[in-house]
Amino acid sequence: MLPPVLLLAVVAVGTVPAAAALASARWPSRSPAAAILLWQALGLSWGLAAIGALVGLGAVHARWGVAGGALSGAVHALRHATVEPTADALIAVGRLAFLVAGAALLALLCWVLLAASAAVLLARRRHRALLSLLAHGDPKVPGALVVDSPEAAAYCVPGLRSRIVVSAGTLALLDAAELAAVLAHERAHLRARHDLVVLPFCALGRAFPRSRLVRQAHAAVSLLVEMLADDRALRHRPARELATALLRVGAFAGQAPSGALAAVPEPDGETAARVARLLAPSPRLPALTSALICSAAAALVALPVVLLVMPV
Amino acid sequence: MDVLWESAEPLTVRQVGARLTDRDLAHTTVMTVLDRLAKKGFARRQRDGRAWRYRAAEDQETYVTELMMHALDQTGDRSAALASFARRVSDSEAQVLRQALESLGEIARG
Repeated sequence: MLPPVLLLAVVAVGTVPAAAALASARWPSRSPAAAILLWQALGLSWGLAAIGALVGLGAVHARWGVAGGALSGAVHALRHATVEPTADALIAVGRLAFLVAGAALLALLCWVLLAASAAVLLARRRHRALLSLLAHGDPKVPGALVVDSPEAAAYCVPGLRSRIVVSAGTLALLDAAELAAVLAHERAHLRARHDLVVLPFCALGRAFPRSRLVRQAHAAVSLLVEMLADDRALRHRPARELATALLRVGAFAGQAPSGALAAVPEPDGETAARVARLLAPSPRLPALTSALICSAAAALVALPVVLLVMPV
Repeated sequence: MDVLWESAEPLTVRQVGARLTDRDLAHTTVMTVLDRLAKKGFARRQRDGRAWRYRAAEDQETYVTELMMHALDQTGDRSAALASFARRVSDSEAQVLRQALESLGEIARG
């Protein structure tokens, strides 16, 4: 059998084409929850395996597998690095380089997650403060705040002190049933804390701003979360109301924007895809298939963990 | 804050209190609120003799624009701070959406 370090490297490399395949797969819209789980598992598995493989290459044989070997490796390398440049010392320096690279990747991933969380918290605090100055309640949208703007905006500010916000433009655009569907959708986001699902992928985008795959993953998870909230809203509201609300808000947003607001279009077809899904739903994935996907996700995360602590 | 926005010139705490006629607020309450607004940067204050005069830092439209910019994800970085119901779409997609809406309307009527 291959040594654990090589297996970790295989996992780290293998998750990349797997993620690319998931990005272009068609089934996720039939079972958004399972697809989100798979995305999360792929991301976590890649991170663990990549860090593990780098650190493992710098490790020396030890009782506690790759994780324990890394520590002995660091001690070993530092001890040898001070002596004359013998072959032993060169190997030790090489090991140290891999250890440093592994530690740097770990630090980078932790840092971007922290930075993204901090940025999100600050932006929300500012947004809530502005809302407390500008927004007011309206009997047409119970539990939501209204901002007097002609734009068609409807969104939520997640968090412990969450808010649902609807612009005056949206109030004028939608009828009562459509507004209720929008509120149900936003409440689903808040209740399930979908923002916490998207956050790590947003952070990954900061770590690797040039990676097309990371961008695809972020976009895919964002869309899947919207679909989840759509599904949840359907428990209380008919699909048609949600679909026409989406069409109206989407079509309005596409109109030439007024004043300072210039449109940054979303990747083509997201709103259309959600509408099509609402009006002509494909059958959900069979329970067995979903169970298999969830097991695969669990195995993806378990594999690098086991490889990291497995005694050599 | 509405009082500050409506006023052309900076107001003292007493003037703000006097304009809040619908609510009977203590002088110190108004002072605390204005002080907090100034600390958060929403109001600016300047010395006028022994009293502070307050005015809004920006006009109302500026703040509404900031809110909407953020809400409609104008920065394009898809931050996880807010979750929008429907994001901005390209002109060509909006055209498709409008057509879909019209055909839906015809089905409903027919």
